[in-house]
Amino acid sequence: MGKVIVITSGKGGVGKTTTTANVGTALAMLGKKVVMVDTDIGLRNLDVVLGLENRIVYDLVDAVRGNCRLKQALIKDKRIENLFLLPAAQTKDKTAVSTDQMAELCEKLKEEFDFVLIDCPAGIEHGFKNAIAGAEEAVVVTTPEVSAVRDADRIIGLLEAAGITAPVLVVNRIRTNMVKSGDMMSVEDILDILAVDLLGIVPDDDAIVISTNRGEPTVFDDNSRPGLAFRNIARRLDGENVPLISLEEKQGFWGRLKHMFKSE
Amino acid sequence: MGLANIMSRFFGREEEVNTSKNEAKKRLRLVLVHDRLDISESMMENLREDLIATIGKYMEIDQDALDVTLSREDEGVALVANIPVLNVKRQA
Repeated sequence: MGKVIVITSGKGGVGKTTTTANVGTALAMLGKKVVMVDTDIGLRNLDVVLGLENRIVYDLVDAVRGNCRLKQALIKDKRIENLFLLPAAQTKDKTAVSTDQMAELCEKLKEEFDFVLIDCPAGIEHGFKNAIAGAEEAVVVTTPEVSAVRDADRIIGLLEAAGITAPVLVVNRIRTNMVKSGDMMSVEDILDILAVDLLGIVPDDDAIVISTNRGEPTVFDDNSRPGLAFRNIARRLDGENVPLISLEEKQGFWGRLKHMFKSE
Repeated sequence: MGLANIMSRFFGREEEVNTSKNEAKKRLRLVLVHDRLDISESMMENLREDLIATIGKYMEIDQDALDVTLSREDEGVALVANIPVLNVKRQA
């Protein structure tokens, strides 16, 4: 029996879909059987991030309503074994699926897969309620911005009210130089405010834009820093104890000197 | 950035420096006090009832006119209670 994990954030544009695509791919690289479910009906994007947009025949709504068998709606990844996508419907109404139907779908999927990753839409309305309906665990994605952290706090409250009591946090798009100069909240600052456990830190990096342009998750690139961060997140979700990657290496002379003073 | 700013940043007294990050944290903390209260209105109701019970031991108050709210001040959030007193109980 697999785990159903929702990837959510409240605010749009913080990296939910990128996180889902990369963590899902990285889990499959570890040999796990993984399905990623795009629940953003009307605004699907997980397919293009994964480069699978040309393979869609059936979608989530078709599968839930019985227009096709569930297996027919699952798209097999072109690069890696054991990785599947259940795409969102693009042209149907966003109320086309109910929370009961989503919960039932997740029950079926976790019999087949080790990990069911639910890519949640932005917002706290119908789409959010659907996305969390069948989930047992949650990953909250945020960025070091006031608006994203505020929305993450709201989402954590709503998750807890729905019985998902220990969400874990991914801090995306950290810029080490800005944190050093005091112009960006650090991971510690964010954890201090949100009071949840940390799952991982992903550095802001051009590699993400390039990998999205190509439809190739960045976890395939051995030299990608965010790729390494996402691979580590996948290993932690799989129960391994992986230390955080050091974001300190580029801090330079002044940073090291300050560090020396502080550790007195 | 002034020299004093650089110096204190250099020696790690970050909370005292008016960096944009510290401003972000301060604003976030305030806004979250309000956001989190929006989620649990029952807590405000419990607080109101406890206040009535405690103050009622010493004075007779107008429970219907009692008003307890959180309000935003310049530097923080204040719990403001407006409690009309009808009569003060005689000391035993």
